[in-house]
Amino acid sequence: MSTEVLDKEIKKNKVSEPLLSKRRKKIISDPFNDDNPITIQVLGICSALAVTIKMEPTIIMAISVVFVMIFSSLITSVIRNYIPTRVRIIVQMAIIASLVTLVSEFLRAFNYEMFKTLGAFVGLIITNCIVMGRLEAYAMGNKPYDSVLDAFGNAIGYGWIIITVAFFRELLGSGSVLGFKVFEFIGWENFPTNGLMVDSVGAFIIIGLIIWVQRSISGYVEN
Amino acid sequence: MQQSNLYIITFTVLMTIFFGTLLSLTRMTLEPRQKKQEEIDTKKKILGAVVNVSEYDPEKILSIYNERMQSMVLNYDNEVVEIDSKGNKIIAENINIQKNYKLDPEERMYPIFMYKNIESGDTEAYIFPMFGNGLWDWISAYVALEKDLNTVMGISFDHKIETPGLGARIASNEIQDRYKKKKIFDDTGNFISITMLKGENNKGINVHQVDGMSGATITGNGVNKMIFHYLECYSSFIEEKKLDQAIKISKN
Repeated sequence: MSTEVLDKEIKKNKVSEPLLSKRRKKIISDPFNDDNPITIQVLGICSALAVTIKMEPTIIMAISVVFVMIFSSLITSVIRNYIPTRVRIIVQMAIIASLVTLVSEFLRAFNYEMFKTLGAFVGLIITNCIVMGRLEAYAMGNKPYDSVLDAFGNAIGYGWIIITVAFFRELLGSGSVLGFKVFEFIGWENFPTNGLMVDSVGAFIIIGLIIWVQRSISGYVEN
Repeated sequence: MQQSNLYIITFTVLMTIFFGTLLSLTRMTLEPRQKKQEEIDTKKKILGAVVNVSEYDPEKILSIYNERMQSMVLNYDNEVVEIDSKGNKIIAENINIQKNYKLDPEERMYPIFMYKNIESGDTEAYIFPMFGNGLWDWISAYVALEKDLNTVMGISFDHKIETPGLGARIASNEIQDRYKKKKIFDDTGNFISITMLKGENNKGINVHQVDGMSGATITGNGVNKMIFHYLECYSSFIEEKKLDQAIKISKN
């Protein structure tokens, strides 16, 4: 009898948990900084290097990843109790691949220039370790709403890092921000653009610097 | 129970059907729009060889194109081809230059686009599509020759993944403008083509040369090879037109 009461209490508690309770806020905010997929978990590095030469494609890429992560987490979490464990990885991949194809088809219909620029990289969201990592580690075992928050947090955590990297690479490599020639605008006509920044090496350097700054502030040390 | 083979097979089959249907429906709904986007993209590149299209919106590009552009398709022997081997009508804009590039030069189809003067109907420029290899992957170009079929009116390059800031500069106006007013024949009418030099800020550039891109020699070589090869392929058409014009001038 006592367990019944306890069950009821738990149920009551769960129902009354606010939409953005402290626990849920933490699910979203952790991946921004303390548990960032790129700088702490070092996942999704491949695309962080490849698409961050200019800001515009990077922003589109970040939005695409947010979309794919939220919906793949939602779908996976809703059907998590029906997914046969033996083929769960394939099921997750099918979900992600379908969503990625949707994104790519929509880009092709509405923003053809972007489709050409991002081309293969949109398809490569499928292999972005962050997406599958979160499905396997979180969405398979948690309720839909929590999974969506977790996916959103991680996607934004990924997004802000690649946009920051792209900002510096475009500024120093091409002398512009979102295509706007900053240095010419302030009257510095022959700003020496840095060839290293348009190469993948530039992304490594900037991600390294971000990790350095972040860890010296948070004091995070790898075990 | 959930782990039985039957359950797994049923689950995967249903999942495949569901996602398959979803994706094919999306594709079917979006296809007309995608086709139109591709059409705009091709026409923009063709038109880009003669006018600066970057400030035009898609509708304007299509309307200028339809008003001023005419096209035809030639084979290697300079004969007009209108119907393909299956009996379908050939549309010059739909010819895949990349696929054609892989064929022997004798078997390819060669589309030519003519930029007309609205009032007189005379051809102001002939535009030739070209295709070749850069450093990492393919590069392509639309080269517009003035009606003397010697002077370059403009050029528009495209590429797949040339290095940003180095080889990818071929797609910028800065590099493309260097080709303007260059000539492919010398004074006595011998074919020379146009060569991009190695390195940048070269001195004493003649009328058959353009300044190079520093750090992108291989892309530059690819561009040179592409232009030379395709101008040769189009040479019988170019020679014929030049002859026509010479006759016209002598008659006058």
